[in-house]
Parts: sequence; structure tokens; C-alpha cells
Amino acid sequence: MNQGAKSVSLTRATFAVFSKELRVEFRSFELLTSTIVFALVVVFVFSFAFNPSAADSRRFGAGFLWIALLFASSLMLQPSFTRERTNDTLAALVLAPIDPFAIIAGKLFANFFFLVLVELILLPAFSVLYNVPLLGVIGQLAGVMLLGTFGIATVGTVFAAIASQARMRELLLPLLLVPVVVPLLIACSGATMALLADTPELPLSWVAVMACFDLMFFTAAWLFGGYLLEE
Amino acid sequence: MSASATTTADTGLSISFTDVEKRYGSHVALRRLSLKIAPGEFVALVGANGSGKTTLLRMAALLSRPTSGKIQFQNAIPNSEALAPADIKLHIGMVGHFTMLYDELSAEENLRFFAKLSGLDNPDRIAAEALIPAGLSPRAKDLVRTFSRGMRQRLAIARALLADPSILLLDEPAAGLDREGAAWLAQTLSSLRKTGATVIMSSHGQSEALTLATRAIAMRNGTLIEDSGPNGNARAIIEREAAPITGIWDSAQ
Amino acid sequence: MAGERKASIAAQAISSIVVSLLIGAAIYGALIWAPLERTMGFLQRIFYFHVACANAALFAYCIVFVGNMGYLLRRKPEWDWLATAGVEVGLIFTTIALVTGSIWAKPAWGVWWVWDARTTSTLALWLLYIVYPLLRGLVDNPERRAVISAVFGAFAFLDVPLVYFSIWWWRTQHPPPIVFKTGKLDGEMYKALLMSFIALAAMMVMMIWRRYELEGLRHAVEELKIETEYQNDGGAK
Repeated sequence: MNQGAKSVSLTRATFAVFSKELRVEFRSFELLTSTIVFALVVVFVFSFAFNPSAADSRRFGAGFLWIALLFASSLMLQPSFTRERTNDTLAALVLAPIDPFAIIAGKLFANFFFLVLVELILLPAFSVLYNVPLLGVIGQLAGVMLLGTFGIATVGTVFAAIASQARMRELLLPLLLVPVVVPLLIACSGATMALLADTPELPLSWVAVMACFDLMFFTAAWLFGGYLLEE
Repeated sequence: MSASATTTADTGLSISFTDVEKRYGSHVALRRLSLKIAPGEFVALVGANGSGKTTLLRMAALLSRPTSGKIQFQNAIPNSEALAPADIKLHIGMVGHFTMLYDELSAEENLRFFAKLSGLDNPDRIAAEALIPAGLSPRAKDLVRTFSRGMRQRLAIARALLADPSILLLDEPAAGLDREGAAWLAQTLSSLRKTGATVIMSSHGQSEALTLATRAIAMRNGTLIEDSGPNGNARAIIEREAAPITGIWDSAQ
Repeated sequence: MAGERKASIAAQAISSIVVSLLIGAAIYGALIWAPLERTMGFLQRIFYFHVACANAALFAYCIVFVGNMGYLLRRKPEWDWLATAGVEVGLIFTTIALVTGSIWAKPAWGVWWVWDARTTSTLALWLLYIVYPLLRGLVDNPERRAVISAVFGAFAFLDVPLVYFSIWWWRTQHPPPIVFKTGKLDGEMYKALLMSFIALAAMMVMMIWRRYELEGLRHAVEELKIETEYQNDGGAK
């Protein structure tokens, strides 16, 4: 005999949603593989469009990387909510006796995780194709990538929730995401560029901008995200 | 049932709609609806497609906010305050218009996930056990994507029942069920009623489960046109408004 | 009802007159009264409007944020009307700021666009808020549209300080070849600038107010349509 339902803590509910997102994706891997291939194609195509020399690559590479990641993200983030529309599973999540933010946070962390997986492939490919050595600064670079990716995942997940309720959602998400993410893009490219320079250094001002962005928008997601799950 | 936690069947929540209106842009799905449902009632919600039954159920499930008016859940205890949404959801189970199941997960994984979200201890065991009465144990590890319509419906019903809800909201639950499934549904609802649970079930056609109703509400164009009340003649309204079953596919054929 | 209408027309008339006077004073202040700037001459005078426009736009976006928060907390459509009005007016002023910037840049420095901190930030601001009406156009249900715009508006507004800071810092680290120098401002120039601020801010407020009322009228028409349809359907059949 079951006992009745009990309220679930925010952490447990977030973790349950996070695990579910991973489990669903790891059944087919379709989203991850398409995103990785897309990001690789973008990085590849840059070489035709810009024909960079080795010195150019070290200078502009940071920008390429983040733009490729941003566009790949804006395609990858949309399904986190559109998938829940097929069988109205979003209603099942909202029905559950959990804090609505758990739904958003669970998806946010899952999207963050997926994006990190994409980067694990993207970075070595980029390093090899453009002859940009990364190993020397890999620790600090990892920190920058994580901070930047978290910001994209945070804003992107909330905006995916917004776009899923509008028409033309595939075009809408990048349209909503890119202008808002401008400060993050500037900071991430700036920091990455400094790390890839001849004398690598990590400018703390950019790291501060990234951290500020992440904190502020994660809080905004917590404050306002729930409203997006209503009907 | 454990004696320490407040059992969901004891709480006896009443649901009241006061002048509730729901609009989607210029389309009025529910017009000034006022209704009170006492704990333990079995309400049949009948009417044609588009009459507002689904909207009413979704609002009772706190999935949909009213455009105007109020929906309140209250304890039988006099002078108690209206409950917060988070607490109310502990007591609600719903079978919706869509299955609300993940196609890419197995039956067991689906139930386990929803059991976790309901804060149930031992979600693995509960999920496995819930599949048995639904007749889905042999397919526990199969992806829902491979299930037939009837099997998905059974799983959806099993999911709604996971946490022993004291308020069960069903939107055309018999749709897609074969005769066995429909019998199982009726039997489950019958035993649920004995625990004092409130059931609101919508249907546009007659079914076995509908015979258990103690009250019938007919809707048309988003308006409540007839209400038998808790002691009235529910049968009459059901027979008048719900479409009779004109033929039955025999699953044995 | 007639009394209300008369009061409304009177208020509109008075506000139009006041704003016109303020704008007149600002134009006089900027074009005639303020001293001629040493290096750029007469062209520099456009600076007063360019800067005042950009600031009026920022105030407008503050009003949008107020409307957004008001709607999320109170759920009354009036807040959504305020936000919509604010965004449209804000975008107009931002566009004018961008255009006056270009008009100033071309004769002064020979290029139509200068990627310095101020102009880049203004452009970023424009891109941030141009999405708002686009988003609204893609959501049909008015309640959802209001909630979604409010959440997006909140994110956009919170982003503004970060946008300004990050662009400014970027430009400090990597200065562009041309910097939008305004030259040294002496006492009378400050006064002319202040006059422009006040006049354009007043105009912005008046435009938002008018647009808000227009939205209210639109809403009232929609309500009447729905009510008429309901009556025509025979009420509760």
C-alpha cells in the first residue's frame, strides 16, 4: 500500500528532472550528435569564409569558437521544451507537487551538461584544425568555458520556454537569445582571446562579468521562470 | 496505510469554482462557471467535444489559471483557510487528454520518475507494483513508444493512481481502452470511491465507469447547462447528454 | 462619461502645449543659445539631441520594466499596456539616437558608423528591445503574450547595465580608431543639454501616455466584440 504523496525538496526534484532529461537524450543521442556535427560544420566553414592564417586563428579563434557555440546552443536548447509538448508531459511535470523552478533548473543543468559535452569535442577539433595550442592554458580555459556555457544554458533554457509558446520558435530562440547574451559573448571572447594570446593571461574583469551574468540570470530564472509554466 | 503521515484519503478536500471564466484570446472556453464539489462525490462531466470539459478539468488540476473568478480547495474542517497550490497538488491525480508519458522511456522508467516527483518512498517498488493491476508487467521494460493506444492509456491511468490521490480527474479515460481495460478502470474507480476519494470524470460517450457517477454535470459551449446536484438524478442527465455506444470492437475478433 | 472625456481632452491639450513649449525651448537652447563648439562648429549641436534621445529611451525602458513587474504581480492588463507603450516609444527614441549619431559622425569623422562605447551600446540596446514587439506578434493568446513579454522584458532590462559595462570595458581594453568625442562641455552647454533632457523626457512621457490610452481603447473594443458575439450566440444557450 502506498502512502500519499509528499512534497519533494527543490534539490531532489531538480535532480529527478535532470536525470530524466539525460536518460531521454541518451536513448537516442539524436540531439547531441546533431549539435556536435553542426558546431563542427560551423568551425570548418569559418576556414572557407575567412581563410585565416595561423596568427589570425590565434587572434580570431576565440570569437569563432563562441559564435559556433552560441548558434549551436540556440538550436540545441529549443527541444528541451518542445519535446514536452508531444504528449503534454509538461502538464505532468506541472501537476507534480514540486516547485515549478525544479522543472526549469533540471532542464537548465541538463542543457548545461549537454553543451559541455559538445565542447569536449569542439575544443580539440578547433585546436587541431586551426593549430591553436590549448593544453598550456587548459585549466583556465575550462573555467572560462564553464562559466560562459552556464550563462548560455541559463538564459537559453528560459527563452526556450518562452519560444515554445510562440509561433516560429526555431527562429525565435536565437533572436531572443543573442542580443541578451552580448555581454557574455564579449566577456567570453575577451577572456578566451587573452588566454590564447602569445602571453596567456586571464583577465579577472571578464571573469567577473561572466560570474555576474550567470548569477544575475540564474536568479532571474528562479524569480520569473515559474510564470512561463502556467497556462 | 501509514498512520504517521496524513493519508491523502482522509483529507477530504472540497473544490469550489466561483464565477470562473477562461478565455483564450477571443475564444471563451468557460463562461461564468460556479460549482461546488464535495469530497467523495463521483461527478460525471458530460457534453460534446469543445463544451469546456477539458478546460474545467485542467483548471481543477491547477494546470490552468482562470481568466477571472476563483477556484478554491478547502478542508472539511470548518473555518480552515484555503490551501496553497503546492499542498493541493499532493492530493491530485490526473488522466489527461494526452497520455503525459515519455515515449523514449520504458513503462517502468516513466512510473519511477513520476513516483519520485511525488515524493514516494521506494519509487522502484511502487512503479513495478503499479504495473501489475494495469496488466503491463510483461512490458515493463519496453519503451512506451512501442505501446498500443490502449496500453498507453492504461499506463496513464496507473500513473495517475501512483500516489493514492484523493482527487482524481479523468478526461475521457476510457478512450482507447479495450473491454478488459474499461472493466479494470471501472473496478479501480469503484474501489477508489470506497476510500472516499473525489472523482471528476469527463466523457462524451457512455461507458461502464460512468455508471458509478453520483452526480452529473452537462456542459455546452463552455456553459454549465445542467447539474443533477449530489442527490439528484445523475443517470437521466448522462443518458440524455452522453452518446450511446453504438458498437463495440471485440478484441477477440 | 462626457465629463471624463472632456477632462481627458483638456489634459491632452495642456500636455501637448507644455511639451511643445519645452521642445521649443530646447531647440532654442541647443541651436542658438549654446556657445559654438570649437572643433566641430555648428554640427556639434546635434549632440544635445543625440544624447538626450538616448537617455529618454533608457527612461522609457525603465517604465517598461515597471509595467512588466506590475503585470506579473497584479495581472491587470493596464500594466501590459504600459509596457507595450514604453517599448514602442523607447524604440523610437533609440532609433533617433542612432540616426542622429550617424548624421553627426559622417561629416565629423567621415564614417557613417563608429564602434565606440556609446554608439555600440545604443545599438545593442536597440537590438535587445526590437525583439520585444517581434515576440509579442508571435503569441496569439493575450494573457500568455503579456506574461511572456513581461518575463522577457525583465531579462532584457536586467541585461542593460551588463551590456553597457561590458561594451565600455571592451572599448577601454581595445580602443577603436575613432572615438566619439564630445569635446569639453562648459557651463552653458550643460544647461542646454539639461534643457534637451527635460524636453525629450517630457515628450517621451507624453507619447507613452497617449500610446497607453490607445491600447486601452483597443482593449475596450475587443471586449465589446466578445460580449456582442456572446449575446448573438444567444447568451448561455
